Amino acid sequence: MAEIRLERVSTIFGKVRAVDDVELTINHQEFVVLLGPSGCGKTTLLRSVAGLESIHSGRILLGGREVTDLPPRKRDIAMVFQSYAVFPHLTVFENIAFGLRMKRIQSAEVKRRVESAAELLHIGEFLQRHPAQLSGGQRQRVAVARAIAMESGVILMDEPLSNLDALLRVEMRAELKRLLREIKATTIYVTHDQVEALSMGDRIAVMRAGKVVQVGNPLEVYSAPADRFVGSFIGDPPMNFLTAELERDGGRLTAVVAGGGRIPLDEPSAELAERVGEGLVAGIRAENIEVARQAADAPGNGVVARCLVVEPLGSHNLLTLALGDTRLKAITRPDYDVAPDEDVALHIDARRIRWLDSESGLAIGPPPQAGSPVPPA
Amino acid sequence: MSTEARPMPASLATAAELRRRRIGRRRLLNQGLIYGVATLLALWVLLPIYLITVSSFSPRDVIFDYPKSLIPQEVSADSILFFANSTGVIPALWRSVQVALVALVLSLLIGAPAGYALARYAFRGRNAFRLLIVSTKAFPIVILSIPLAVAFIQAGIYDSIWSVALMHTALALPFTVLITSSVFVSVPRELEEAAQTLGCTPLRAFLKVSLPLALPGLAAAAIFTFVLSWNEVFAAVILTLRERTLPALVLSVLTQSPLPFRFAAAFFMLAPSLIVIFFIRRYLIGLWGRVIK
Repeated sequence: MAEIRLERVSTIFGKVRAVDDVELTINHQEFVVLLGPSGCGKTTLLRSVAGLESIHSGRILLGGREVTDLPPRKRDIAMVFQSYAVFPHLTVFENIAFGLRMKRIQSAEVKRRVESAAELLHIGEFLQRHPAQLSGGQRQRVAVARAIAMESGVILMDEPLSNLDALLRVEMRAELKRLLREIKATTIYVTHDQVEALSMGDRIAVMRAGKVVQVGNPLEVYSAPADRFVGSFIGDPPMNFLTAELERDGGRLTAVVAGGGRIPLDEPSAELAERVGEGLVAGIRAENIEVARQAADAPGNGVVARCLVVEPLGSHNLLTLALGDTRLKAITRPDYDVAPDEDVALHIDARRIRWLDSESGLAIGPPPQAGSPVPPA
Repeated sequence: MSTEARPMPASLATAAELRRRRIGRRRLLNQGLIYGVATLLALWVLLPIYLITVSSFSPRDVIFDYPKSLIPQEVSADSILFFANSTGVIPALWRSVQVALVALVLSLLIGAPAGYALARYAFRGRNAFRLLIVSTKAFPIVILSIPLAVAFIQAGIYDSIWSVALMHTALALPFTVLITSSVFVSVPRELEEAAQTLGCTPLRAFLKVSLPLALPGLAAAAIFTFVLSWNEVFAAVILTLRERTLPALVLSVLTQSPLPFRFAAAFFMLAPSLIVIFFIRRYLIGLWGRVIK
């Protein structure tokens, strides 16, 4: 069992709490992505798990064994670095074999493991070359093969794809995901790229300013962000935020949107019902806003916005809209014809709104209904 | 078909064309100027070396010829052999080699760890330390040598290769520290960390990864020390009486020696440095380029 447990882990650099009281458990053979903007402490946390950074308080357990004060070599982990850290003076073969030789494994077994790792990453033909003779993508494969050959049960990856060019990154992303599933290692994967996080992780741990803000599977994190930051960090375009106030209108709750429009709430949660009269923020994903011509086929809730920019992206059109002072992003079909400066009616389904406190930015009530009513294509 | 470029009629040459030509001419002029200055500088250094070499391989009577011909008419090893066979030269040569080797080993043993620390660790006073190292170059050997000679006499190691070697080590250390630190900076820290996650102790990671990668740079620093020690004359003269290194010996007997002897001595001193620099020049240029960046 290679379960990773972080108990109240904190790291302090001078006066900065780089990692602040992090509590996180990564299950056996799970793939968890640490996601956050640069400087949020995700790499520091990963390095703490590797033993390259010592922590100030808390405990780290790998497979039930406390490793908090052990050096990296005694933790039985393998790590892939952002810069690949492939040894330039050794051949590809010796690079992959490096850790095995340190463990004094028999040379026949070393050869077998190196060759099978190289096979998995399609670098079998380069084994006798030096890293200088390889492309960036191939070097990256060497770094991954070197980690896999350790067969350590825990693999730590620090932005392994960030130095690759865009096309290669998309290709490697899928390949890495398949590979890590195949070798069944418990994986922590650090990235600042939310697309990478959504597409690869079994679960995503979103970090900000040293704290883990939310842990959940990709869909949860995407459609039910724990706070405003997560909503704005994850997803492209980021979540829209509308300022609104709750009103009790007879027996019904209605959200009055700043800038005009009323959204009736049919099945408000108990938590939300307590917030009548308070300022709230409605978080809504671009694909959950239906855009319609104002006069003709308006199913809208009276939210009228001005279209500022139309960006045809092939599979869909991305609209930038202005509602009062607020900028919104909405997605329409690629053939939906709307001119800039035209007023459009918006229909926002109340069941898909993530309600947030306007001051703290924290989510209120249960997660909204997931999924998209408007197929982007 | 004619391969000759047809001259363009003047009437067709547009203003833009003229401007392009003018810029082209100016660039040519600039380039010519740069090459001219570079040639002068090169001659400044190369001409004496050339004359020394030619003179030391000429028969003795040719040396006094005037005007001198730049191309040697006869080649003879007389002067060189005469120099090599004169009293004290071979022992002094041997001492020079010993001094240089001791200085090389000591400066690496002391300098490389300091360079490593400067490259890897952000410790309190690192910049002050770096400045201090450079500032030691501000004290002229002329001033340092007298008190040092006194100190060595008191310590009982005056007039031995050890006193000279220690002095040369001190002279070479600033360079050794700065060169090795720039060498270790160029070895990414992540490589050592990767080695540690792959089962190395920090020391083992250094030995298996950083050291092999830094080796060419360390060799350059070592050779630099060797050349410095080989050429250093002032401290060697002051710190020795009988146990002279080759430059010290040459300097002390120079005034009473015939001209062929002097040329031969000059060539003898010159050759090893030239050979060494020839072999490490590419590396030094790379190294300095990195430091400047």
